[in-house]
Amino acid sequence: MSENDDPQSGTQRPDEVEEASRTRAETSPIEQPGKAAEPGGGPDEPSKEEVTTGGTPGDGEADEATAGADGDEAEAEDESLPAEPEGPVLPPEHPSRRGMFGAYGGSGDTSGYGRLVVRDTSPVRGGSTPRPWADELEQLGDDVSAALQEAGSSDDEAFEKVVVHGGQVTFFVRRERLAKVARMFRDDPALRFEMCMGVNGVHYPEETGRELHAVYQLLSITHNRRVNLEVVCPDSDPHIPSIVSTYPSVNWHERETYDFFGILFDGHPALTRIQMPDDWPGHPQRKDYPLGGIPVEYKGATIEPPDERRAYN
Amino acid sequence: MSNYQDVTFTPATDDDTADPYAGVRETTEGPVYTVTGQDWDDVAAAAAAGEERIVVNMGPQHPSTHGVLRLILELDGETVTEARCGIGYLHTGIEKNLEYRTWTQGVTFVTRMDYLSPFFNEAAYVLGVEKLLGVTDEIPDRANVIRVMMMELNRISSHLVCIATGGMEMGALTVMTNGFRERERTLDLFELISGLRMNSAYIRPGGVAQDLPPGAVESVREYLRWMWDHIGEYEAFCNENPIFKGRTVGVGYLDLAGCMALGLTGPVLRSTGLPWDLRKSQPYCGYETYDFDVPTWDTCDSYARFRIRVEEMKESLKIVEQCLDRLEPGPVMIGDKKIAWPAQLAIGSDGMGNSLDHIRHIMGESMEALIHHFKLVTEGFRVPAGEVYLPIESPRGELGAHVVSDGGTRPWRTHFRDPSFNNLQAVPAMCEGSMVADVIVAVASIDPVMGGCDR
Repeated sequence: MSENDDPQSGTQRPDEVEEASRTRAETSPIEQPGKAAEPGGGPDEPSKEEVTTGGTPGDGEADEATAGADGDEAEAEDESLPAEPEGPVLPPEHPSRRGMFGAYGGSGDTSGYGRLVVRDTSPVRGGSTPRPWADELEQLGDDVSAALQEAGSSDDEAFEKVVVHGGQVTFFVRRERLAKVARMFRDDPALRFEMCMGVNGVHYPEETGRELHAVYQLLSITHNRRVNLEVVCPDSDPHIPSIVSTYPSVNWHERETYDFFGILFDGHPALTRIQMPDDWPGHPQRKDYPLGGIPVEYKGATIEPPDERRAYN
Repeated sequence: MSNYQDVTFTPATDDDTADPYAGVRETTEGPVYTVTGQDWDDVAAAAAAGEERIVVNMGPQHPSTHGVLRLILELDGETVTEARCGIGYLHTGIEKNLEYRTWTQGVTFVTRMDYLSPFFNEAAYVLGVEKLLGVTDEIPDRANVIRVMMMELNRISSHLVCIATGGMEMGALTVMTNGFRERERTLDLFELISGLRMNSAYIRPGGVAQDLPPGAVESVREYLRWMWDHIGEYEAFCNENPIFKGRTVGVGYLDLAGCMALGLTGPVLRSTGLPWDLRKSQPYCGYETYDFDVPTWDTCDSYARFRIRVEEMKESLKIVEQCLDRLEPGPVMIGDKKIAWPAQLAIGSDGMGNSLDHIRHIMGESMEALIHHFKLVTEGFRVPAGEVYLPIESPRGELGAHVVSDGGTRPWRTHFRDPSFNNLQAVPAMCEGSMVADVIVAVASIDPVMGGCDR
């Protein structure tokens, strides 16, 4: 199906395209294989996998066969050819990108790169990392579970998920539990994370309902180990409990995160801007805040500002 | 990226005349502003009640505040009753800029953050990127040795500036002139090796930008001889100097509990007697194979921090010596051609640039090499999605890089946990209740660098 579809795709009317691709997604028999091929984006896998659906041999022949059948079906229903690149339907919780070099719908791309599928396997968006982890992290995980049980709670109550990536463990703490969990990490004798090295915000505008992340780095000098806590909140309700009363060191870090991301740390003694001027509008590190800049002319050619240059992300 | 371009930024307009804090009324003398709001009413009330309460802005343009640090001091006579820091005057948006450049270009940005310790900024960032790439173990030995050597030389130059400016602020001008003399020799080495005195962007993902030039090892050895001869001068000037001790002993006191609560690291933490140094406790770049000590002191004051810095410089000299002995010929960039920067620099007839050998190779010999060069230089390499926090021991304490990738050729977010930023939180704890003159000494003993603090 894919050998004969691309040259026309650029000239297609966008509404037809949308309809065609929607039909394909709804009727697709390959949704399950797609999921099976991508079980929750485990961090052990290479993080972005590029799959061409057209001619690459040996990349799951079953997938390809069903994809072909699916494509034929879509074409039978509608003579138009999809401008959105073909590919296995991916689980919705893993937003993925199709096409490269700006070859998105309607660009008239004839290179074939527009059909590449890049799967998102970011561990931040995936599920918990199944045990066993590395030995020292296993020990840490056990200590945390024991401490939680002692406090009358459990892992599931306190954490959304636990991700091990790059030799570091990140506990995704439920927002309402953060204050208690942080206090437990500091005070439990088996944990003793005496120091909080800081808070950092990350903005993921595509994660609906969990756009803003705050990452805390804890350090235990007693046990010489580190742990990250990550808390998620939506753009529409950017509130996270402050942990200044547990870790006074995060005072400025929380102010900075508020300044740059607009996360409101409830209970902070004086949550004001720290880097930007007091009357500054907006929160500069958010992804919807422009970098700014002006085009530069050099020897007759104009170089656009950095945020308007071609991105390969 | 296109859907993030929606502009939500709305600059304040001139129409907003009703400023809640500073109303304005026109008079024949020009506009008169009436300042209200915040704690001004308290201040005015206190003044009306006849209390003598002075609020002094020290900085942001003050020679004793290490750059553009603003200290807001509330004084009762000469005694500081309340001290607050105002920062942000040097915020340059480096972290935001990183998100619009490739991973390799990021090095040229982060090196400008803490301008007294550029190699540490680069190393934290690069180690984070390498960890995400999963190539930490593939970095060539020679590159690691050069990294350690540059970082330790940098630690010396940074401590020299700390001691020099700290001395100057107390009136010890000879300490200042000597400190900058030695620092200049260190920077000469940086210039010889990386091409630049500061902001060198020398440590790159995968290795270092270029190999040591001919004569570098001899120059470093000569520098070491010279430093061993002169490092004792600081001790001779200061260690038992009654004026120096009078200004520093017991000043800027912060004990272990205070350091823990406020997240202080580096010489301030070690001045409480805790030998916490990430080079020992959580080593990186092969520090576990070097022989050095972690100097500590137990008086928790500015004098202790000075002594620790001098001792650390000596330990750094020892490490540099070991680095020189370990330098074996070999590559300085990772073997993986999908990551390694393709070109090497060389001196040509028109100055430094890409080596002619490399240009001949890509233009005349190998199409694939040309493609690789083009792709790596314009597009850059992709870094697997994920996030990692990578701390290293900078001269001022724990410098951590929180590097987040979404799988693209640009960082999704890079945040630096800069020790200057964190440690300045301790100014109220160190200064309140002391004399104004002690504030200068206490701040100097924290050694804040505002470029790193504000980024």
